[in-house]
Amino acid sequence: MKLSKILCLALVLLMVLAAAPALAKKTVKVAFIGPLTGGVSAIGVGGRNSADLAVRLRNADPKAKYHYELVSLDDECKPNSGVQVATKAAADKKIIAAATHYCSVVALAAVDVYHRFGLPVIVWGAVHPGITYGNKYKEVHRINGTMINQNEVAAKFITGLGYKTWVLLYDTTDYGKGMHEYFAKYLKKNGGKILGSFGVNADQQDFTAELTQAKKLNPDVIWFGGLTPLGVRIRLQMEKLGIKSQFQSCSGIISDAFITGAGNLAEGTIAFREGEPVENLPGGKWFLKEYEKAGYKEAPDAFGPFAFAAMNLILDGIEAAGPKRKAVVKWLDNVKDYKTIVGSVTFDEHGQNISPAITKYVVQDGKWVPWKNSEYASGKRKLKRR
Amino acid sequence: MDIGLIGQHIANGLMMGLIYALVAVGFTLFFGVLDVIKFSHGDVLTWGVFSAFSMYLLLSWMGFEHPVLILVIVAIVSMAFIAVLGGVIAKVLIIPLKGAPPLNVLLITLMLGTVLRESIRLFYPDGANPKHFPALLPDWSHSWGNFTLRFDNTVMLISGLLMIVLVQLIIKRTKLGMAIRAVSQDEETARLMGINFNLVVYITFALGSALAAFAGVTYGLYYNELSFNMGLLLGAIGFSAAAVGGFGNIYGAIVGGFLFAMLQTIGAAALPFASAYKDVFAFGVVIVIMAIKPTGLLGEKETERV
Repeated sequence: MKLSKILCLALVLLMVLAAAPALAKKTVKVAFIGPLTGGVSAIGVGGRNSADLAVRLRNADPKAKYHYELVSLDDECKPNSGVQVATKAAADKKIIAAATHYCSVVALAAVDVYHRFGLPVIVWGAVHPGITYGNKYKEVHRINGTMINQNEVAAKFITGLGYKTWVLLYDTTDYGKGMHEYFAKYLKKNGGKILGSFGVNADQQDFTAELTQAKKLNPDVIWFGGLTPLGVRIRLQMEKLGIKSQFQSCSGIISDAFITGAGNLAEGTIAFREGEPVENLPGGKWFLKEYEKAGYKEAPDAFGPFAFAAMNLILDGIEAAGPKRKAVVKWLDNVKDYKTIVGSVTFDEHGQNISPAITKYVVQDGKWVPWKNSEYASGKRKLKRR
Repeated sequence: MDIGLIGQHIANGLMMGLIYALVAVGFTLFFGVLDVIKFSHGDVLTWGVFSAFSMYLLLSWMGFEHPVLILVIVAIVSMAFIAVLGGVIAKVLIIPLKGAPPLNVLLITLMLGTVLRESIRLFYPDGANPKHFPALLPDWSHSWGNFTLRFDNTVMLISGLLMIVLVQLIIKRTKLGMAIRAVSQDEETARLMGINFNLVVYITFALGSALAAFAGVTYGLYYNELSFNMGLLLGAIGFSAAAVGGFGNIYGAIVGGFLFAMLQTIGAAALPFASAYKDVFAFGVVIVIMAIKPTGLLGEKETERV
């Protein structure tokens, strides 16, 4: 009887000892904020899954000093909701850092909150320059490039293809207006002629009036600055009115949802995005394999790799500097030539990653294909010409 | 501005106006028979488009190939399904709240709209993303300068107008219509005359909802796109159109629908400000009209309700 008691005690002791390393790890909370509902939620959910994958892989790593817990919050791509969830995350002292926002309008509204509460964040998708360059907040960083880089490359590339005239349509949010401002600026610099500009509502459904005006102006290219749902509508309604112009847009429509929504009419659409395509990056194929292995229902979509890289950088920062907000901010400040799956990251004095490559994309056979790999570049297929 | 361009704007405006008018007629039917404003009407329309799209996917999967035959089946099934949904909404939410303050019905239907909308986003496969509605009508078109006449748009316009005429005939020329008109004018007397009040309400809601499904299918064919939140603005515009035309008056709803579309077109094409303000302009004019004539353009005549 006594022996069995001793055996039981020894067994319990052994189990406690075996579990000790796991129990010894302190739990650290990190957050992800993005549009998990609404029209661009496919990108948000892909981003959330990717950030979750970074946390899961880190927790599975025996060398990790801490056990991480991911808090996912939905900003709905709306500034008011964004500020609410940003405040919720920032006010929770247990959350040490966060990967935040795909929508520029939300990020612009939320940066003050992060600064006030001292929460270090890395923006994983929003491209408006003002998010980093509009302030001197040490807490705010961005892993993807800005719309300035994107539009500079876009204007140079498209004028280089021999197109001369444009009609510009853009949604009147900060995102669409910013895209319009920089694209128009660089287009003029490269000799492009703007025949007309139309600001439209971010939830508008009918574009026949604007497109009828555009048709009369007969441009070589119709350019759109905004997000996927509107991009789909404009492309479809161009066809209804018999407009033969080439369709060009920005990173806001680079998603699988644009191709599903526009169907065959998506073919030949040109758009631009920061970063190399994930398959072309050294860690890209590994990321896609791990993502598939984790068994997420939804695709990582276009910005998943950025969310993964942002969260990984945050986790590296916590591992190196400890689970303290101020220490992580300081660590992020000194990030230079840091290797991530979206390329090398160096933050400038505004927290902006200064080495963002811009990739030109074209839709070919229902997929976003980098221009240089496409049949359009090789001359096998032709873009639209009036 | 050349004639072709003006013609194109008018053609665009007519198509938009038709969709708005079909939604507005639903609002006016509900108000006429029970004095309620059913704010979920736009989202019921969204359910109509999604049920039509699902039916299309099913028929394609079964190997149906004839587009016009598919369209007829898709439209009938969608209208029947949404008619049943409309009847169920009337039975479960509207009739039990009869006698409650109108604000309660308004709030409950507003919440129902959110439930309908979000249920598509959450439970329909890939429901958050816009989808491509197939072109099921022949896409013949002919251009004269800046004006392009499309065969499919012409068919949609004619069939839409015929649908409104059919509803009008049902209300003016059938026994059912007589019952609806009787209930809308004096519920108590109608009951004394042996009219089944509840049944008339169910049928009216089914009729208005089927009309929304028809508008939804027309919308899908016209824009070739559907999304979970498409009903939100359509509902607001349909409601405004019904209000500006005069609640309870079908002709008013039609006038209101086409007027709203015309105002949007003018706002986008003819006025000097950015076209992002076209809705502000259209709703602004509606506010002015309502201020001048609170009962709507055609007014609500007590003897001619519904």
